[in-house]
Order: sequence, then C-alpha cells, then structure tokens
Amino acid sequence: MAFIDFWKKIEPKKENKFAHATYDALFTFFFKPNLTTSGKGVHIRDAMDLKRTMIMVVIAMQLCYVVGTINIGYQHFMALGVHSSFFEAFHLKLVFGLVQLLPIFVVSHLVGLGIEFYFAARRGHAVEEGFLVSAALIPLIMPPGIPLWMLALSIIFAVILGKEAFGGTGMNVVNIALLSRVFIFFAYPTYISGDTPWIAGLDLENKVADYNWGHLMFNPLFETIGWSTFQDGHPIIANFSGATPLALGYQSGWVVTDPATGEITGGILSQFSALQMWMGGIPGSIGETCKPAIILGGVILLATRVASWRIMLSFALGVAVMGLLFNAWQATPYMNVPWYQHFGMGGLLFALVFMATDPVTAAQTNTGKLWYGFLIGVFGMMIRVMNPAYAEGWMLAILIMNVFSPLVDHFVIEGNISKRMKRAKQYAKGS
Amino acid sequence: MTWGLIIVLILLLLFVFALLTLGEGLLKVAASQSGVDGSDYSVIPNRLGNLFSGEKSKPAYIPAPAKVRHLKRGFNINLAGVADKKLYIASHRASSYSVKPSDFIGMSPMPKLLVETGTQVKAGQPLFFDKKRPEVIYAAPISGELIEVTRGDKRRITAVTILADQGEIQYHSYDQIPSLDASSREELVKFLLGSGAWPFIRQRPFDTVASENDTPKAIFVSTFDTAPLAPDLNLAVAGKEEAWYKGLELLAKLSGSKVHVGLNGGSDQAPAAAFINSNKINGVETHWFDGPHPAGNVGIQIHHTDPVLPGSTVWYTDVHGVILLGTLLLKGIFDTERVIALTGTELKGKYVSVHQGANVETILSDMTPEFSDEEIWAKDENGKKVKKTVQVRKTRVISGDVLSGTQIDKKGFLGFYDDQITAVKEGNYYEMFGWLIPATGHPTLSATFPAALFSDISYVADTNTNGEKRAFVMSGEYESVLPMDIYPQHVFRAIMCNDIEKMEGLGILELGEEDVALCEFVCTSKQPLQKMLREGLETLRNS
Repeated sequence: MAFIDFWKKIEPKKENKFAHATYDALFTFFFKPNLTTSGKGVHIRDAMDLKRTMIMVVIAMQLCYVVGTINIGYQHFMALGVHSSFFEAFHLKLVFGLVQLLPIFVVSHLVGLGIEFYFAARRGHAVEEGFLVSAALIPLIMPPGIPLWMLALSIIFAVILGKEAFGGTGMNVVNIALLSRVFIFFAYPTYISGDTPWIAGLDLENKVADYNWGHLMFNPLFETIGWSTFQDGHPIIANFSGATPLALGYQSGWVVTDPATGEITGGILSQFSALQMWMGGIPGSIGETCKPAIILGGVILLATRVASWRIMLSFALGVAVMGLLFNAWQATPYMNVPWYQHFGMGGLLFALVFMATDPVTAAQTNTGKLWYGFLIGVFGMMIRVMNPAYAEGWMLAILIMNVFSPLVDHFVIEGNISKRMKRAKQYAKGS
Repeated sequence: MTWGLIIVLILLLLFVFALLTLGEGLLKVAASQSGVDGSDYSVIPNRLGNLFSGEKSKPAYIPAPAKVRHLKRGFNINLAGVADKKLYIASHRASSYSVKPSDFIGMSPMPKLLVETGTQVKAGQPLFFDKKRPEVIYAAPISGELIEVTRGDKRRITAVTILADQGEIQYHSYDQIPSLDASSREELVKFLLGSGAWPFIRQRPFDTVASENDTPKAIFVSTFDTAPLAPDLNLAVAGKEEAWYKGLELLAKLSGSKVHVGLNGGSDQAPAAAFINSNKINGVETHWFDGPHPAGNVGIQIHHTDPVLPGSTVWYTDVHGVILLGTLLLKGIFDTERVIALTGTELKGKYVSVHQGANVETILSDMTPEFSDEEIWAKDENGKKVKKTVQVRKTRVISGDVLSGTQIDKKGFLGFYDDQITAVKEGNYYEMFGWLIPATGHPTLSATFPAALFSDISYVADTNTNGEKRAFVMSGEYESVLPMDIYPQHVFRAIMCNDIEKMEGLGILELGEEDVALCEFVCTSKQPLQKMLREGLETLRNS
C-alpha cells in the first residue's frame, strides 16, 4: 500500500481549507474512505454511493461526445462543400471537432469545479459530486462555436446563483446545465439561436472558412504524412443557410411539394432526410444530434436504474399527445410535421434522457414524476411549435417544470395525507 | 456477403451456447465432487432466467381459502453466515445476565432499583421500574446475585447485572396466577404489569412498552423474520406450542378486538403447525404474507392489516413474548429462555437456547478476534508524521440483525428484544477506486454492479459505509424497498423541518426503525435514517 502511504503523507493541514478540500476530493477519488457505520442504525451499507451514480450518467453520455466531436467537423466541411463523404478526410473532421470541443469541456470543468471546491472549503464540507454531471452535460448542449468567456460567465452564473446560493448539490431548484444555457440564451441570444451558431469555423460575413492557430498547428503534421490540410479562407457553398431542421420546420413545415410536378420545393425534407436527422448529420448543439447515441445512453441509465423510467415514458407520451393534437389542428406549417418525426428533431431526446431525469430538480414522488414528465412533453411541444422567436422548447419547458415540480409533489403528498386523515376521522367516529 | 455474415453469426451464437453449456456441466461436476447439491447451479444469470419462468404458484402448506398478500417492494440482502439448523445447543448458561434500561424506548435514564447490589434475586423478581411509569415492573431474567449496577454518563444506569446461578433456576413465586376465564381484563393487566412480563408487549406508534391505560385497536404478532440472517422462528416455538396457544389466548383477552398473526407464505419451508393453527383460538386471525424483507416486520404487517392512525394505538409482541406470557400463565414461572441464532461470517452459525440478556462472551467462543494490531500514520510530539502501532477493531458484534441491531462488545449482553447475534467484519479499510470498479463483493440493490444480475450470490458483509454522507439527491430509492403507502423521503424532509403536522399526516406513526432500516441501507446519500426517524418520533411523543 505504498500509494496510500504517499497520500497520507502529503495531507495538508486542516487550517488550509481550500487545499484540504481539494486534497480530500482527490483522495476520495482514488480511495473509497475507511468510514464505518455507527453502532446504532444499519451496520452494513449498500455499495452504491453518489460518486458512482454520477459517473454512470457521465459514462452514459460518452457516445454523444464521440459522435458530437465528429459531427462538428462533418458539418463544417459540409458547409464548405468539401470532403462531403463521411469518411473522407476523417482526420480533419476529428481534429476540427476536438479543437472546438476540448476547450469547451476544459473550461466547463475548470470553472464549475473551481467554484464548487471554493464553496466546499468555505462551508467546511466535502466536495460533492453533483457538478461532475453538470460539467459533462454543459458542453453537449452548447453550440460548437460558443466563445469560451461566454461559457465561463454562464457557468459562474448557474453554479453560484442556481446552486451554491441554495446550499449546494441536492438543494438546487433548477437544472444547472440548463440554467447556464438559458443564461446565454437571454444574455447573448445571437450566439445560441437563429441559423448562424450551429456550424463552427465559418466567417459568415466574407463567406469563407475561418480557422485559428488551434486548427492550423496541425497542418504541418498532416502535410508531412501527406494528408489533406485545413484551407484557411476556403469559400462556403453558394446556397448555404446553416438553418437547422427546426428553423426550416417553422418556416415551411415538414414538406412542401409542387402540386404540378410533385417536386419537393420546401420544408424540412428539402434539406434533410428523416434518417439523416436520426443519425445526427445535421447542425445543432454538440451532443443532441445523434439519436442512437442518446438512446444508448438512455438504455444505460434505465438498465442501471439511475434515471427514472417514469419521467422518460411520460415525457414521450406528452410529446406524442401534443404532436397528435397539432397534427389534427394544422393551423401553422409547423403543425404539419408528423408527430413521431418530432422525436428525431432538435434536442428532444437529449432533454428526455439527460435533462428531465435529473433527480434533484425533477418531481420526487412516483406519481409526481409521471405528471412532471408529461407536462414537460406538453409545454415543450407548445414552445417548439407555437413560439415564433425560437423553434425549440425543451430547455424552457424543463426549467418551467423544475420550478413547478415541488407543486406537483405537493398535490401527491397532500393526497396521501388527506387519505390518512380521512381514515383517522372514520376510526375516531367508529370507536 | 450478407448470407455469409448471417451464417457466421449463427455459428458464433452456437459456439457461445456450447461454451455456456459446457461451463454449466463442469460446474455441476465440480459441485458433485465436493459433495454439494448443484442441481440449481447455472451459469446463466438467474434474473434473466426468472424472466422466462412462469408465475410462482401458491405453496402447498397454505390452506386453500386463505389469501396471500404479495408484497413486491423490498429487498433480501443475501449474506453469508447463516445459522446452521443442525448445530443447536439445547441450553447454554452464561456467567452473567443483565437488563439494560437503554433497550426500552423512552425510559428515564435512572430507573428506580428495587433490590440492592449483593442480594440474591429469583427469575421474575422485580428489579427496577421507570419513575415515569411506576406500574410497569422490569424483572430479573434469571436467578442469581445482583452484582453490579453499571453507570454511564451523568450517572445514567446502563446495565443491571446478575451473576447467574449455575444449577437449577430459582423462580419467583406469584401470589396468584389468574385464570383466563375467571379474571377480567383489568386483573390480567394488573398481574402482567407486576410480573415483569408487561415490557414484552410494545405499542406502535413509538415502539415504547405498551401503555397500560390504552385499549389497542388490535394486537399483532409476526411469526417470521425476513431480516438478513434472521433466525428461523419455527425453532422458537418447537416444544412450546402449548405456551404459544395460551399466550395468544391471553393477548386475545387483552386486545380490544383482534389478535393478528402474520405468517410467512413466501418460503419453501412451511411455518410451524402451531403458527398456522393460531386462528383456531377465539379472537385470533392469521394473515399470509409473501415478499422480500421487510415483509416479516410487524410494522409492515400492521400497515396492511389494520394500520395505525393518528389517535389510535396498536400493540405488538414477538413469538418469544407470546411464549413467555403463555408459560407464565401455564406454569406460573417467568421463563425468559429463548432460541437465538448466532450468525455472520466471523463465527460458526448456529442456534443456541439462552435466557434473555445473557452475556455473549462464552457463546461467541469461536468468533474471530475482535481486534488486531495495525500500523498507521500519526503525528508525534514534534508534529512529524510517523508510523505507530494501534489496536484496530476487526470484528463487530451486533445484538440483533445487521440492519437495525445494536453494536455490543464481545463482553456485552444480548438485548432485551433480540433473538440474534451477528458478527461481521469491520469495514475500516481503504479500497482503491472502490466507487468506480464494476465488480465488488459488497451487497447492493443497485444495477450498476454486474452482480445485480445474480440474485443468489451470498455476500461477506462488512461495515464500511461505501461512500461519504451527502445531501439527498436520488429519489424513489426508499419507496422501492418500503412496501407501505407512505412517502418515506417526504417523511424525512418533514422530520428535518420539524413539521409535526406533516410528519403525522405522512404516516410517521406507522413507522418503526426496523421498517426504514432497508431504506437506510440503500440510501445513496448515506443518511442516518433510523436515527432521524427516532428523533422525529421523539418530537411527536413529547409534543
């Protein structure tokens, strides 16, 4: 046990709070502590702990990271009109994706965990693991070209005001990852909505590719091997719009055909096929595009029983009910989108699997969870289809329901209480 | 091309299947070579197997008209160290016995002693009473010399110890043993209060000794224990059937309406005939329960039969209590002898018949050593870190089960209501990446461990907390192991907020520590739920 002896030796003084909290967080990362149960109460404890719960969620979203990285590169080169086959110049797509994603990932962890460590030291308790999941989720729900300072600002806002102000992990009212996204959404809307932000590395004014030193430093390496390189200033294809399926759907619905020729002239299908949207070859937030990757994550979460199947199921039901309603109503072009195709568009599945199931901000009772999920589905679809300014609804719908989930629980709990009280009254009358 | 792929896939599947079959065959061969019954061994995870097997049929021992209440929620923790029924020590006399006031909830710290140190007492002779409730007498479990009154902080009495007679037990003689037919309920209550047998009857809410001024809604007895490594209570009643029936008759007379006896309908082995036939006695009803722990807890059975409500009380006792009451009426003696199970991996599991409150040192003669020497890092007088040898506890002795028992020393005494001693490994060790690695030898409900697929692995339990205490994060965990119409998480939140009305409304009065013990076990945030529940109940009791 030389390694543990080393750790024991370097333990900083307890008076140095920040150093000790950091040390403690690292130590408990390497070793499960030697704490034992007290003499009264349970003597054995389940092997499960919060660290393991959180790491399961992080593991579940790994495939989204992989696919997301490649898709950043793929979308970029699609906009340039070069290397348009998926595996062509794969190294460029991968490197481009990594150069965009890694800084976001690092900033998200450094800023968030820094604040978390500081508050843990201030409060004199151990660093809690909740932010591990938030820090891993935040990059996946950001556009690939988000400025890092903006990201840092949003995380500072979300962690301090959304979480630490309420008392830390387990006490927050709204989902931290979504709070940081909504901060950018309201403070810097052009960076996270509209047609422009979803494809990185483009200079849209001059309509050319725009690389920085992070990309270009790989060029000499690729040249030496004889692979293709990043071409700074390469023009964007002529009819490029950058619009996501959601934006297209709002403008002209699912599909518009010329009645005379039967040709597709507009709508989502004019630019993306349903399969393409499912597989993830579309512009969007980093982690939300590839549906099979998200579904795999969902399967992991359900199989390990980390996330609640009740929320996922009722969420999907809410979407289906609302989608069918819109299909019947047909008031706007967007309402023409077949209800089942909504699952393949935008961040719906990602919200369903990773965002709505956050146990702290969701409803806590089993019945409450069903209502909570269902209402997210309903509100989210309403915002997605009926809101003219922003054609996506899950972030706002989940935040709304985060705030109202205690109310949902309240009704469930009051039902239980009144049932018991009624029984007590009956008994008192009878005797 | 595609056909070739399909053929390769089929061949691969067949190969894997052949490997599995071979493995299963080898497993059975190995089992038969070492003389173990391997007929139900399988390399295929049995939870997967259960998916394909049909619904369990009603066991043959349950009479046809009887209904079985199936409780789905709960969890059986499979631990190694079950007591072997073949190893049975008919009668064990420890050197000393004691009654610990701390075993009784709500008792004042300094009960009034009725005998002085150094005097001879007989089994059943009054020892002390609680100053708040002077009617309830606590009696000596065995005859001998009262040698010590142990005191703790603030002169609180922690144990009243008797040096036991090693020969024949002298029984305290009562003026008159009331007959069930001739005496009224008041007379019976008065007799039981003075005899020392009353503390065996407890009440829900609060789990205190039953309040003699109340008439309960009903009286409950559970005849099976589903806690980890729990003793088989069929052994407790063997040979004492008459006392069991007599005890039930007495309870029927004490109860305002009914005595409810909970029977195990989920085991392969039938409950003792005496248990099944309990309903032949006037005023006694039997109820069959089937399900994982905590189905055997009396609190769960009360909830599903005749729940405790604000403003009502329910009494309960255990099998040993009924037998003691019955023996008292039948023979006129206060006989506290009971069959207890010695369980856990750190000793040889067996059954022993001892008197209540026995010193466990001689019973645990084959237990692994309690302490061992270990080197640790410590600071010397100059503030430098040096290696130092200290005594570290290696084995924990628990009076009761691992979920809600009390830690005692090896020189300690069996608790008043306990019929089980468990010895488990102390978990004071570090485990590298213990929170991360997928396969560990710790019992768990979580499906994040591959072992969750194999439900019949017996675990060697230790007392490591497997993580640090955290704020409540997960939801739905407690509900999944508490088969009651109660929202445990919200009960605990109400306790933390000290919201008396909400606690009561959410059903805290129906809960006892043993009922939420499994919730505490599964708690991801490692919260001390039993302690919190008791604090909540005390707030209510004193309000």
